[in-house]
Amino acid sequence: MGMDIRLDGICHFYGDTEVLRDISLEIPTGQIVCLVGPSGCGKSTLLRLIGGLERPGSGRVLQLGAPPSNSLNPLTFVFQDFALLPWRTVKGNISLVLEDHGIRGKRSKAIIDDVLTRTKLADFADALPKQLSGGMKQRVAIARALAVNPAVMLMDEPLSALDAQTRELLMDDLVALWTRQPFTAVYVTHNLAEAVRLGHTIVVLSRRPGRIREIVSIDTPIGERRAGDPVCQRKHDLLWELLREEARAADEELIDG
Amino acid sequence: MADTGAENKRNGEGPIEVRFRGGGFAPKSLRWVGVVVFVVLIALVQWGTESGWISALTLPKPSDVLATFVQLWESGLLFKHLQPSLTRLVIGAALGASAGIGIGVLIGLFSYVRAGLVPLVAAIFPIPKIALLPLFVIWFGIDEGSKYALIAFGTFTPTVVATYGAVDNVDRSLIRMGQSFGLSWFSIVRKIVLPGAMPGILSGLRISLAIAIILLVAAEMLGAEYGIGAYILEAGSLYDLERLFAGVVILSLLGVLVSALIGLLEKRLLGWRV
Repeated sequence: MGMDIRLDGICHFYGDTEVLRDISLEIPTGQIVCLVGPSGCGKSTLLRLIGGLERPGSGRVLQLGAPPSNSLNPLTFVFQDFALLPWRTVKGNISLVLEDHGIRGKRSKAIIDDVLTRTKLADFADALPKQLSGGMKQRVAIARALAVNPAVMLMDEPLSALDAQTRELLMDDLVALWTRQPFTAVYVTHNLAEAVRLGHTIVVLSRRPGRIREIVSIDTPIGERRAGDPVCQRKHDLLWELLREEARAADEELIDG
Repeated sequence: MADTGAENKRNGEGPIEVRFRGGGFAPKSLRWVGVVVFVVLIALVQWGTESGWISALTLPKPSDVLATFVQLWESGLLFKHLQPSLTRLVIGAALGASAGIGIGVLIGLFSYVRAGLVPLVAAIFPIPKIALLPLFVIWFGIDEGSKYALIAFGTFTPTVVATYGAVDNVDRSLIRMGQSFGLSWFSIVRKIVLPGAMPGILSGLRISLAIAIILLVAAEMLGAEYGIGAYILEAGSLYDLERLFAGVVILSLLGVLVSALIGLLEKRLLGWRV
């Protein structure tokens, strides 16, 4: 009862620019896989390929095993810019993704109430997005993702648009959500602290064209990781060692050069 | 205060208060200014015509225009003129705007429709619709048909252009979000594209409805006994400036009314905007 994702020799081009080269990767059920890499390495592109929003140039994205039968949208995104409809309330934004599955009225209300409680938004059901802070907006987007009961959450830099304090708070919330009910996620970030805090495995991509440079796994259960934890700190330093040169080289590259 | 600041600076002593330089460029709502401008202009003309430095052939006396207007009201002629004009305006503009929104959305959604119709719209936009009135009379008859057609045609093109621009401007990341949640094509159009395009469509309507009022006068050039346009044209040909201005004022008020209605609609539909 679970759905794994397997990437099989993914290559991708934008025009003549090679963005991803021969990516093969296994995303096991119940784990959070973080993708880190310098900017422009194609990590967000890889996420869109996994979620079926883009077609890979070559290679395949495979679902292994069936998603849970109550999953309305097995591969569900959480976007960096939240992507909430500004003309719908918090409630309305969540019901948007239920309506197409014919879920209305009482059933819809039950789901909405449940996900709003899980994301501590119960008091904000009738607020419009413009009334919410960035952190709250991302909570709504996470609630919306939970509402469709995803088999795999595809999180594209979900905390990058938020300030440092809010980011800490939301990381705690994500950890709490996962501990209560483990979910599978691919989590794209450029922030190593997030990766070390949330990832069971951390996949380091090289600069463009993105290849898998290293896969680092952290055995400390994510519920027990604390800031300043020596194991996490060592992993953080190791990741930074791996990324430093790539990041420098990527930074000095001419765009479209 | 600028003096003391400069003084201090020159002497190199004492703290200098940082000069504020962040003012302006922030529009404020000052409704009364518009009213004042109107009142001052009208008062100026009244004074000018009464004292004689504006001749009676240049401008009519505002008080006479008002008297003509009151007379028009009391004789019941105002509504006799207003009723057919409003009917023509409402039917013509409704036809033109709804066709324009429909075609505009199709252009925004389908590349083939865009490739086929955008050049056509660009070709018919600059045609003065008044020039086509004789043609419309043959096509749709000298009665109401040609008048509806003229107003509809005139409202259609600007509405199309505004609508497909508005659809183009809908946030792509919202559409992508809809796709990522597996929403159907129809749901994405109805729940994401159309509401997202609404601000642009409404501001386009402001322009197209003003054009509809302009075309009202043109539409009533042929085969109209009653109507604000007919009234203005008749006054113009008789060089009856008081009646001409009374008619023009009615059109202006109509424009203000339409604009206020759209403002109300925007408040209702677009309260979600930041």
